[in-house]
Amino acid sequence: MDFTAVLAQIKPKLGCVADNLAIIEGEIAKAREAGADLIVFPELALSGYFLKDLVPEVALRIDSPEILHLIELSRGISIAIGFVEETDEYHFFNSALYLEDGAIRHLHRKVYLPTYGLFDEQRYLARGGSFRAFDTKFGRFGMLICEDMWHLSASYILAMDGATTLICLSSSPSRGIDGDSLGSALAWQKLVSTTALFLNCRVLYSNRAGFEDGVNFWGGSEYIAPSGESIVRGKLLEEDFVTARVDEGALRRERIFSPMMRDENLFVTMQELRRIAHERGR
Amino acid sequence: MAGLLVNTELLRKLLVGFVRDEVRKVGVSKVVLGLSGGIDSALVAFIAAEALGPENVHAICMPYKSSNPESEAHARLVATACGVNFTVLPITAMVDAYFGMFPEADNMRRGNKMARERMTILFDHSALLHALVLGTSNKTELLLGYGTLYGDMASALNPIGDIYKSQVWQLSAAMGIPAEVIEKQPSADLWAGQTDEEELGFSYRQADELLYRMVDQRLTKQELAAEGFDREFVESIYSKIQNSHFKRRLPVIAKVSNRTIDRDFRYARDWGK
Repeated sequence: MDFTAVLAQIKPKLGCVADNLAIIEGEIAKAREAGADLIVFPELALSGYFLKDLVPEVALRIDSPEILHLIELSRGISIAIGFVEETDEYHFFNSALYLEDGAIRHLHRKVYLPTYGLFDEQRYLARGGSFRAFDTKFGRFGMLICEDMWHLSASYILAMDGATTLICLSSSPSRGIDGDSLGSALAWQKLVSTTALFLNCRVLYSNRAGFEDGVNFWGGSEYIAPSGESIVRGKLLEEDFVTARVDEGALRRERIFSPMMRDENLFVTMQELRRIAHERGR
Repeated sequence: MAGLLVNTELLRKLLVGFVRDEVRKVGVSKVVLGLSGGIDSALVAFIAAEALGPENVHAICMPYKSSNPESEAHARLVATACGVNFTVLPITAMVDAYFGMFPEADNMRRGNKMARERMTILFDHSALLHALVLGTSNKTELLLGYGTLYGDMASALNPIGDIYKSQVWQLSAAMGIPAEVIEKQPSADLWAGQTDEEELGFSYRQADELLYRMVDQRLTKQELAAEGFDREFVESIYSKIQNSHFKRRLPVIAKVSNRTIDRDFRYARDWGK
């Protein structure tokens, strides 16, 4: 079905869960007022990104009052949001929740924690272990957190699991000043467009804005149609509130026009991956 | 070299946004900086004026008696061009009082003392004006260690520390910094006629071409030689980076506990901001 999604390109405060929750509530209210059906927040929207030793201080259990409050708010609008999750085993994950009609529809734990260059996630966070599609009021979705999307297999698994909409929550830092536009923005734009094109999926990409210790997050949240075409894109380097009208017909037409996912041979893929795993194991 | 050519419009947005965001998030609206009459501090003044409004930027020119009078004139020109507050505070009395006790001191000691004298004035004005001190060291200088530790290298925020001198020139031209400031020979202005390039023994353009490939692109020494860089030049720049690395780090702390500052006690500077 057609629906309206808001990509909330916010600027969280580093380590201030209460302040960020207030920002998030404000955006949810604004999105509801605008008649949106879904609001997508960036990765770690509740805490900020370069947390380092703050991870245990900002972590929330999924039955914490803050998360229960967001679950309650999802009665009025579906919500995808990133936060640090604390488990019963006291493991801390970079997680994303999909909330709908007062319930958790899905919890994704970031699988690929970048630990190179300016990133140091694996030092502080535990690694997630699955990619699963899930059903929502608006069709079957898959969630990815930032670096996850740079692994072809992640989007591929979600698409093979039936997802026709991929949501990516991101905190992507700005770098690369020698091109027509920002280097990291150009790379991401290619990635989301190509992913949509390969998998005949829509992509809802929500990236944050603001600075942390001199590192800028470039925003540029966007909605990509299953054809790979960018339908709407948020402002670069600024906060924004991006409204995307998601058209079911465009998905149906694209899948008739380019039935690659129909023709995708899961058997061949599995056979070859098993062979590779077996050979590598020797 | 494509990598050193910058998209000035984008870079300007990033650096202006950096100053605006990082200053205001700590609950401050003003900045203070030393304006030498050279291009680096001129660029920082222009960036700060655009980010915070010129009325919130305090530029202080701090000449010593041997400073070239043209430097103060250029500093004034820059302050007028971007509309920031401008004060001249000579450091001759303080520096001479000290070296009265050490008349034999060489140029290096004197130059470092002057840089640190200026630093104490800027940080005093930080308290006086409730303003953050902006740094004006570029990436070339920082990598080569061509600066005084706790002197001109000291600041709260540095908008230009990740751009090379060649990129400072490009952005300065795009932001409309007066041509005479862009075109003149870079100088630390410690004594009459001093120029950076003469003292360093190579030009900033030569250094930037090498630094960009060595640091940003991580070319090996063999690859650099294959690109035509002189081996000795490569070695000398490499050791300059290595030997000045202490200037780019916090003082080394002897570890005895489980959580040592900056080793296993790690927080972003923007913690809670």
